[in-house]
Amino acid sequence: MNRMSRFFKSVLLAVGFGISSAMLVVPASSVVIIDAELQDWSFAGIFGRYDKNQLQRGFQVFQQSCAACHGAKQISFRNLSEEGGPSFSESQVKALAAEYIIIDAELEDGERAATPADRWPEPFPTLRDARAANSGAFPPDFSLLAKARGITQRFPAWALNYFTAYQEGGTDYIYNLLVNFTDAPEDYDVPAGQYWNAYYGSTLAMASPLFDGMIDYEGDEFPETTEQYALDVAAFMMWMAEPGLNSRKQMGFQVLIFLFVLAGMMVMVKRKIWSDVKH
Amino acid sequence: MSGHSSYNPTNPVAKWLDSRLPIMRFSKEHLMDFPTPKNLNYWWTFGAILAFMLVVQIATGIVLAMSYTPDAALAFDSVENIRRNVNYGRIIQATHAVGASMFFVAVYVHIGRGLYYGSYKEPREVLWILGVLIFVLMMATAFMGYVLPWGQMSFWAATVITNIFSAIPIIGDPLLQLLRGGFAVDNPTLKRFFSLHYLLPFVIAAVVALHIWALHVPGNNNPVGVEVKSSHDTVPFHPYITMKDLLAIVLFLIPFAWFVFFAPDILGHPDNYKPANPLITPAHIVPEWYFLPFYAILRAIDFDMWFISAKLGGVIFFGGSILVLFFVPWLDGSKTRSGTFRPLFKPFYWLFIFNFFLLTYLGAQLAVEPYSTLSKISTAYYFGYFLIILPIVSRIETPNPLPASISESVLGKGGS
Repeated sequence: MNRMSRFFKSVLLAVGFGISSAMLVVPASSVVIIDAELQDWSFAGIFGRYDKNQLQRGFQVFQQSCAACHGAKQISFRNLSEEGGPSFSESQVKALAAEYIIIDAELEDGERAATPADRWPEPFPTLRDARAANSGAFPPDFSLLAKARGITQRFPAWALNYFTAYQEGGTDYIYNLLVNFTDAPEDYDVPAGQYWNAYYGSTLAMASPLFDGMIDYEGDEFPETTEQYALDVAAFMMWMAEPGLNSRKQMGFQVLIFLFVLAGMMVMVKRKIWSDVKH
Repeated sequence: MSGHSSYNPTNPVAKWLDSRLPIMRFSKEHLMDFPTPKNLNYWWTFGAILAFMLVVQIATGIVLAMSYTPDAALAFDSVENIRRNVNYGRIIQATHAVGASMFFVAVYVHIGRGLYYGSYKEPREVLWILGVLIFVLMMATAFMGYVLPWGQMSFWAATVITNIFSAIPIIGDPLLQLLRGGFAVDNPTLKRFFSLHYLLPFVIAAVVALHIWALHVPGNNNPVGVEVKSSHDTVPFHPYITMKDLLAIVLFLIPFAWFVFFAPDILGHPDNYKPANPLITPAHIVPEWYFLPFYAILRAIDFDMWFISAKLGGVIFFGGSILVLFFVPWLDGSKTRSGTFRPLFKPFYWLFIFNFFLLTYLGAQLAVEPYSTLSKISTAYYFGYFLIILPIVSRIETPNPLPASISESVLGKGGS
């Protein structure tokens, strides 16, 4: 009885807290920012896994559109052939690496072809060069970007995330940004070298990096559209930020199943031990 | 509580050791025989959970320190290296980061339990004070640990929080420079924070030892708050409490593992995946969730009071919100320990808990209306609870009659 009433009190508290929080959330900004359209990611949720083919397409988009300006310095070529990622073959990765040049002042020629052990080369030699080439803006490194961005959610969506393990705010942000390069509102004065983005709600120094048909996908299974490219490259960026996701979730299942079984057995032992005590 | 000893070694080696260092006797008395009230509920298991969490944090932390580099130019990448290239690094790192949050979940439950059941009351004042001291040390350790990955939030949290000290008159600025190792948060700050982050957990462990010592003098409080009258009221610590505590630890590990394996980043901030940049201030600097209530109190004082500036006022209230906990044993004069038997105390207590959640929520919001006003009201209740409500309620309240003993209260539950 006591225990139950205490439990109900806790529940009441939680509900009260929830309702009051919901009432507190008021639109804080006068700028109209469109809500992110959440996508179905193959790696979402507890059963989520990366789709190897999507990561391979995403790599293609990254290499052919983004990599000219954006780096990926946490990534080594060898990562591209590792399990749980795009899983290219080792020979493919070796051939890919050989297309890139590593600057090394210690060598006679000052440079050499990259190997799978090398990190992804920086697109610009210095920060200054990067800014000079991009109207003063620095194109952020991609290796952690999918975890360094997030979307704003209203109550109760953000509270439910703790129970659904929603971790795709970064990829949803990236997707929505990439598909919302639109014409600026009529009264908005877009500065030179800047481009309006309706999701960002302001201008960026980057024009839409994607357009329909710009990248050839093998086969006809997937449309060659900005939306599809955006999905694929966002997924690839998530993999770059969290390359161990597949094995982490797999281990999570093993750990949780173990803990549930152990807890179940311990409940029985505990009951047996306490059975002779009135408490 | 261990006047009698049941330790009678027959083995000659054990006898020899017992007359020189009675460590076996000590362990037997305190880890096995120690008489513990038999009516403890599961809120009492959080002490063991906290001890376990301290071990988890120290163990994972020591392993992380093997691969971490405390240098402003290298720290961020070294943490990424741990996540990507060190064997099981992503699990160990996630366990340590999520572990900090779980540690605070447990400590808030533990403190909340103490506040409800009056565990701070005579003769347990020193036990309570040591506990508050552990809480303060935990906050310092967690704060410095959060700085170590040297992301944007690390850097700016360090800047904002160390800046608090500059509000102190006269010694504020020298203190600030000593803390930062310079005029701004930079490499020296990171290095001293790493050094202290490694040191403090062992200081915590030492104070925990004192905390447990202070617990073992009067023994545990219990849900009815009536002192142990006879051996009928107690069970030996082992196997009864050890088993119950271990079960609670395993149950606690389930949400812990949930976060580590399925949502390791949900308790953090995306901005901390950007390397620290002194030239770019994040739009919205927020501390880790477990500091939000106190952060809300700090920001609630946004007005000058007489000669006290808003900044100093905020710092006084921020510090006071923790200092006040040290005085709770003397603020609450009620002789009845357990909130269960205090009809007037109970609603104020639950409002305090609600208010604490509200402060957490408010700490995460921008300093605009209606949050600013709500923060002031919420802060006022936080202090009002300790400084006004507890002293007055304990004077005017008529507590419900207490059971004669723990055993009687157990029987009174009708066999449940």
